[in-house]
Amino acid sequence: MPTITDPPDIEGLVAERMFALSGRHFISVASLNRPEAERLLDLADAFVSLSRAREKKLSLLRGRTLVNLFFESSTRTQSSFEIAAKRLGADTMNMSPGTSSVKKGETLIDTAVTLNAMKPDLLVVRHSASGAAALLSQKVGCSVINAGDGWHEHPTQALLDALTLRRAFGSVEGLVVAICGDVLHSRVARSNVGLLQLLGARVRLVGPPTLMPAGADQWGAEVFHDMRAGIAGVDVVMMLRLQLERMDGAFVPSTREYFRFFGLDAEKLSLAKPHVRVMHPGPMNRGVEIDSGVADDLDVSLIQQQVEMGVAARMAVLASLAARLDSPSLSNGVA
Amino acid sequence: MADVARPTAYLNARLVDPDSGYDGPGALIVAEGAIADVAHSPRIENLSADVAIVDCAGAALVPGLIDIRVKTGEPGAEPKETLKSASRAAAAGGVASIVIQPDTDPAVDEPAVLDFILRRARDIELVHVHAAGAATRGLKGVNMAELGLMAEAGALYFTDVDQPLADSKVFRRVLSYARAFGRPVAHRPADPYLSAGAVATEGELAGRLGLSSAPAVAERIMLERDLTLAQLTGARLIVDQITTAGALESLARAKALGTDVIATASINHLSFNEVDIGDYRTFCRLDPPLRAEADRQALIEAVASGLVKVITSAHTPAPAEDKRLPFSEAAAGAVGLETLLPALLTLHHDGRCPLIDLIRTVTLAPAELLGLPGGRLRRGAPADLALCDLDAPVVIDAAKLLSKSKNSPFDGRRLQGRVLATVVDGRTIYRADRAG
Repeated sequence: MPTITDPPDIEGLVAERMFALSGRHFISVASLNRPEAERLLDLADAFVSLSRAREKKLSLLRGRTLVNLFFESSTRTQSSFEIAAKRLGADTMNMSPGTSSVKKGETLIDTAVTLNAMKPDLLVVRHSASGAAALLSQKVGCSVINAGDGWHEHPTQALLDALTLRRAFGSVEGLVVAICGDVLHSRVARSNVGLLQLLGARVRLVGPPTLMPAGADQWGAEVFHDMRAGIAGVDVVMMLRLQLERMDGAFVPSTREYFRFFGLDAEKLSLAKPHVRVMHPGPMNRGVEIDSGVADDLDVSLIQQQVEMGVAARMAVLASLAARLDSPSLSNGVA
Repeated sequence: MADVARPTAYLNARLVDPDSGYDGPGALIVAEGAIADVAHSPRIENLSADVAIVDCAGAALVPGLIDIRVKTGEPGAEPKETLKSASRAAAAGGVASIVIQPDTDPAVDEPAVLDFILRRARDIELVHVHAAGAATRGLKGVNMAELGLMAEAGALYFTDVDQPLADSKVFRRVLSYARAFGRPVAHRPADPYLSAGAVATEGELAGRLGLSSAPAVAERIMLERDLTLAQLTGARLIVDQITTAGALESLARAKALGTDVIATASINHLSFNEVDIGDYRTFCRLDPPLRAEADRQALIEAVASGLVKVITSAHTPAPAEDKRLPFSEAAAGAVGLETLLPALLTLHHDGRCPLIDLIRTVTLAPAELLGLPGGRLRRGAPADLALCDLDAPVVIDAAKLLSKSKNSPFDGRRLQGRVLATVVDGRTIYRADRAG
């Protein structure tokens, strides 16, 4: 274990594991292959050690500028990216629609093109529309990192979840993971289905039929509408936030009925494997999708670890994208 | 060459005329804006010296196309498309007659706006411009528009275009009232509750992309209502842009019962399927949304069997700023006047439908539906003609379209078939340059 007295070991470890991501952007887990996903996790692991050390700062991104462009507000994801970038030595700037001209009718593209002219190297974007990050990536010269686009994907969340699981279980391969709740509106679910399956896990999707996307049974996952059956014998229960703010129709009759059938409590959890661990991307609706007793049980809950791993996973993405920018053979010089 | 004053002979052509059922070598003479003679042989003997000669060199001569679903931005959104730019685009596509949709700003829900459009179009002197009137005031689906006055002013049919007529009582009244004036009513069937907010067809793809979607049955559910009300009122119903196999089944059953119904298909739904939205390609964001491949195949079958009688371009101009947005925020629709014919010919080249039957869907069938004199190569009919090389390979370049808006899903597609010239009332209003 590295200690606060030997920071050079961490730098060495990081240098050893550093690699350049093959894609210019990080928009969907679908762009990863398994070796690349494992390398990202290895690199992120090294950054976990760094984050626990006294001296947390590296200079891998020195001189690079990262812009957080958040059209939807998110305290935790935005600060996670900001800390990740700062620990790597980048300059960061946060933009949110409330303080920009987006409200004055400027389009997503206009905003991006304006930002692009200021020559950032990395653009982290969150937007309420599926496909927004992909659209931006076609119009700017910098690397675009998807921090959540509508219901589509949230790939760094999947990466941090995989990192959390790998550290808790040693490997993701062979784990049975039940993703439970509002799958329909969840970008976290879509990214996790892709990445966990890539890493060799078996994925189940659990939720009421009204919150399950059409064709989810064709994603390679098993679909359950009975939560007890869905979490029976699983290694991991990954709860999703019931997206109250996105409910434009009556998808479920009431929150208390939802909790009764799809909320995670100790009684339902007892059907899973004895060593079961519980995850949640946050922020939690306690008493709606998850019981406080389960969420706060440190023997079971990985929720705090997820937040810590978030910084490390994002550092790995930023560093490997920047390494690509540094590599003349890979960088295609689009300005 | 073909000025109005001088008679013109089009020799050595392949005449394709759905009216007579003739597809073969032929020639015709145009005089005073009308077809003066038709011969089923490549030459016409003993032409008088003052007749101008056009050697068609074996190219196909078909009736000028009639496109009954064309949107422009005039009045109200001229930067998208004007009557003039739409007319030019039509001319370049071999389209001799267009029917303007009433969802302008202000809407065509009273005779003055209709009159404005028809008068503007007359001054342009390119293609024949007709107009449809709104079914309800402001296309709001609540109060009936002035159907009778608009019929008198020339409205060919009534429609609220993309707005669903959700209130069955209102729709029933529109149908029966329009019937008294001898005009059909068009409605695009989509259950308004199931389709609210949807930008794609429900299925694995839309689920994976995280797009709000409506099940394909939303179309059939509303169509069943529309067909039932058409039977009740005896009105003539135009099913606007049928797209799904399920709705086609309902249509076939209603037709077997003798319901007075004509279905149209848009060229887009015959040419693309839901997979074409791929990575959020907004040029393929359409309304109704693109369907599964099985639906597209069923639609092609329905055109071949004659169940679907009319094909339209569903020309819907949307400028770049309305399309360069996230998929769910982008405007729906595609321009199509200039690509209608080559895209249609794909079904001929693929052996899916005989050429003459395809040509019928964009000429004689819409002419008969709306009581227009064109769409036929018959003596006395207006000399509206499209001369085209059926086999010429073309690569569609949206930037080169004459439409003010360039939102073509066919951009970059390789098609076969090129319009060489378009003639309206005997005047050559478009001629392809040789290089192009």
